Amino acid sequence: MDNNFITFENVNFRYESDDEEVILPLSLKDINLKIDRSEFVAVLGHNGSGKSTLAKAINAIIVPTSGKVTVCGMDTSDEELKYRIRENVGMVFQNPDNQIVATIVEDDVAFGPENLGVEPDEIRRRVDESLKEVGMYEFRNFEPHKLSGGQKQRVAIAGVLAMHTDAIVLDEPTAMLDPRGRKDVIDTVLRLNKQENKTVVLITHYMDEAVLADRVIVMDNGRIIMDGKPSEVFSKVEQIKKAGLDVPQVTEFANELKKCGVAIDSNILTVEECVAQTEKLLIRG
Amino acid sequence: MIRDITIGQYYNGDSFLHKCDPRTKILMTFGLIVAIFLCKNFVSIGIMIFFTVLCVAFSSVPVKMYLKSLKPLLILILFTAVLNLLYSTGGDVVVQFWKIKITDKALFNALFIIIRIICLIVCSSVMTYTTTPTMLTDAIEKLLSPLNVLLKPFNMQVHTLAMMMTLALRFIPTLIEEIDKITNAQKARGAELDAGKFTDRIKALIPIIIPLFVSSFRRAYELAFAMDCRCYRGGEGRTRMKKMKFGFRDLIVTVLFCAAAAGIVVTNIKFGSVL
Repeated sequence: MDNNFITFENVNFRYESDDEEVILPLSLKDINLKIDRSEFVAVLGHNGSGKSTLAKAINAIIVPTSGKVTVCGMDTSDEELKYRIRENVGMVFQNPDNQIVATIVEDDVAFGPENLGVEPDEIRRRVDESLKEVGMYEFRNFEPHKLSGGQKQRVAIAGVLAMHTDAIVLDEPTAMLDPRGRKDVIDTVLRLNKQENKTVVLITHYMDEAVLADRVIVMDNGRIIMDGKPSEVFSKVEQIKKAGLDVPQVTEFANELKKCGVAIDSNILTVEECVAQTEKLLIRG
Repeated sequence: MIRDITIGQYYNGDSFLHKCDPRTKILMTFGLIVAIFLCKNFVSIGIMIFFTVLCVAFSSVPVKMYLKSLKPLLILILFTAVLNLLYSTGGDVVVQFWKIKITDKALFNALFIIIRIICLIVCSSVMTYTTTPTMLTDAIEKLLSPLNVLLKPFNMQVHTLAMMMTLALRFIPTLIEEIDKITNAQKARGAELDAGKFTDRIKALIPIIIPLFVSSFRRAYELAFAMDCRCYRGGEGRTRMKKMKFGFRDLIVTVLFCAAAAGIVVTNIKFGSVL
């Protein structure tokens, strides 16, 4: 199998309006994108930039108005392949409450494999394994409404894992969570990518989450305006600000210092890197 | 107040009855309800009470929980008892004052109705306390599956109904939380919800119900997407993680139930009716 797991070829997409007279602007404009197996891609963009639409296009929830999206070589516009694509790409949504189906945690995790017609013993095994993976095994008999937002979101991730998909698309999974829940969810996602080699597409508007990815894609107005390693993307502070986004605080700090003529590396992404750099500068200075 | 509702409540445990097949439990509960109303004399109702106590004992759910489920229905029980006491006809007059005559039959009627309602509630509570909602709906799906033949021309499946039940149960706590949030938001904007005339209070509910409806539809829409993404395609080709199996335990329960039912019928014939 070729390495290009998810590909977009000249994809345009327009939502249909309820009113036939009104034609909505394109939500995706001329997208060309290739995502490899086991890659961790973060998609950034402000509200209405088309980043959620991009996620939905991967999972065949929407079909491009023109152009082609393929997953494992399967065209998403083929109605027959729709569920085979979803067996390969799982999706986690923003609101954890609206994606949990069952009244008991383990039953919810079992929902996906049950739909795929997996044997009962195998489902049991997968459910236990997935719950352990996300650190929610002790909560397997809980009712979902007794869990915190971060815990619910991890249950949702376990639900995708139990389907044994190769890729997970997460559409702003942390937008409704408190800082601790956010950290738990992101740590889980990171572990799945690094240890289980899952392909991860993380849609987010938090810079500190995007920094953890192998690759960052910045979207504005339905177009991909930047695509590269986090350090490359975030060093272009002006361009990112133009897209209505912020760079991580430390990156901005380094950038401002550089403007003042201080010889600091502007590729800084984390607080630790920043501390190390400034320390070096101060000792030298 | 809404939080006090105990319908379909499950009590986590690992007892004999928890491990029984939910189908057995549903059928036994219906059987018991019929049996309760067959009891006509003190011996048969004694068997009934004994069987109910046996069920409670084997559920290892605290007796407090059963009292809790009886509490909201206390007034109803007393009301029916009083009505039976006053309006039963026949029998010998035991007490008489002013225009009211109370006969021995009326006394028995009232006593029996109290015992019957209590047994009824306790028996159905045994079922819901020992069975998770998911297992109940699964069992209902299995039990009603012969109806699929009838539903086929309408392009419907029993599975769809069971799924709807599961989702409804799943979203009860979520929607209660939502009502709380909306109520607080409207109060913060100066809505008076618990003052004024009855009609005013009803009107004050409109700004709560409308946002609740709107958000429920949005939830339903998102949930449909999420289910579709998890390859949900209706009941066909779907497997279940928890297999239902009619085991040794179910055999014991069934035999005990049959013995109790037979005992009730035999004693009814032998000792006649006191009602």
